[in-house]
Amino acid sequence: MRHLDEYRDGALARVLAHKIAGAAQARPQYRLMEFCGGHTHAISRYGIVDLLPANVNMIHGPGCPVCVLPTGRIDNAIELAAQQPLTLCTYADTLRVPASGRSSLMQAKARGADIRMVYSVADALRLAQEHPARETVFFAIGFETTAPSTAQAIRAAERLQLKNFSVFCNHVLTPPAMAEILGAPRAPGAGAAGIDGVVGPGHVSCIIGSRPYEPVAEQYRRPVVIAGFEPLDLMQTVLMLLRQINQNRYQVENEYTRAVTHAGNVRAQELMAQVFELRDSFEWRGLGEIAHSAYRLRPGYGRFDAERRYGIAYRRAAENKACECGAILRGSKQPGDCRVFGTGCTPEHPLGACMVSSEGACAAHYSYGRFRETATAAAAA
Amino acid sequence: MGGGLSMCLAIPALVVRRIEAEEALIDAGGIEKRVSLVLVPEAAAGDYVVVHAGYAISRLDPDEALRTLALFAEMQRDTPEAEAAA
Repeated sequence: MRHLDEYRDGALARVLAHKIAGAAQARPQYRLMEFCGGHTHAISRYGIVDLLPANVNMIHGPGCPVCVLPTGRIDNAIELAAQQPLTLCTYADTLRVPASGRSSLMQAKARGADIRMVYSVADALRLAQEHPARETVFFAIGFETTAPSTAQAIRAAERLQLKNFSVFCNHVLTPPAMAEILGAPRAPGAGAAGIDGVVGPGHVSCIIGSRPYEPVAEQYRRPVVIAGFEPLDLMQTVLMLLRQINQNRYQVENEYTRAVTHAGNVRAQELMAQVFELRDSFEWRGLGEIAHSAYRLRPGYGRFDAERRYGIAYRRAAENKACECGAILRGSKQPGDCRVFGTGCTPEHPLGACMVSSEGACAAHYSYGRFRETATAAAAA
Repeated sequence: MGGGLSMCLAIPALVVRRIEAEEALIDAGGIEKRVSLVLVPEAAAGDYVVVHAGYAISRLDPDEALRTLALFAEMQRDTPEAEAAA
């Protein structure tokens, strides 16, 4: 069992498609949001939408780490790397996210700032150990999936008594963002997504478990089904959501039981609780300020906190006016609705964050989805 | 960090062998890589793990995987008519 081919069986996918078509007859429309960018990518890549009836719509959610990071945070990181004699490390996608004034970390690097892409926070920690005279800052982004590794690195830095390692912490939390989206007003024209059910994130849930979604499902009366990343996982999840919607149920169900438990990864949760505390509020691109939706370092770890160490002050920055990332992240617009999509904004030259990462809704649509639309339009002509 | 190993696009990785106390060599679709097992200390050689940005975050439970696959197999045997009544 490689946990791959078993979940990519075409004949089984057609059986599931048949069952979904049957279940989808009960209502005129089903609007399902896949919260996670990994799911957005898989749905586009495997052409899942082609297997769904026309009245089952998949809405892309905000679960792409670089997409939700607001411009002001990238501006902070660029300023830090440009003005201080230090090495700034971050994940590769972060380097290409557009910042204010048509800049990016990649461009700051080209102008001479010492900015490195790393695969893991452990690489940044190693760099700090190898160069004790040079300060190393890890620009930490991501959801609960990457937060435990950041916490673990901070604990390791404490154990190693490193004086030249710190973290600019921008970790964000899934349940508050999900609540924000489900709680948005449903009036037409208000930009509300009008979501009937949520495909719950798989990797975030490996860490936090399925339990934290229960109050969200209960409060907003919407079902959540946690899904794996293979085509059959996603088809089965859609079927489970349709059945709940048809039966007016709004429970948290778990399709990805091989990786996700109710309690989650307790060791990872303990690490996060030891090192991080909740911020009062944090700005998300597209979603605005959300209370208690992000982590900062606890005062006990203040010496590893780049915000304290370098006096980083967050300033809200204007997003590119032509870019529809905000509405796309809220689920109220699709990539094809943006007038710069595929023209001014491409994965090679992204204007907006959603075009940067392969998990971003626009990048996924650019790589896979737009060909289907072109084919559909040609067939209709 | 290629497309397949981008942050959120993890594929199941086989633990080839443990290296140090908290590290292991994994095989993710033919690509071998050192990852941290600090978040999944119970993972052993032969296990599959979900790897995310250099850290294993979950050990795949083979019994649960079999249960999910059995559910799919069962579905294939079901008649489509049964669904309409669900």
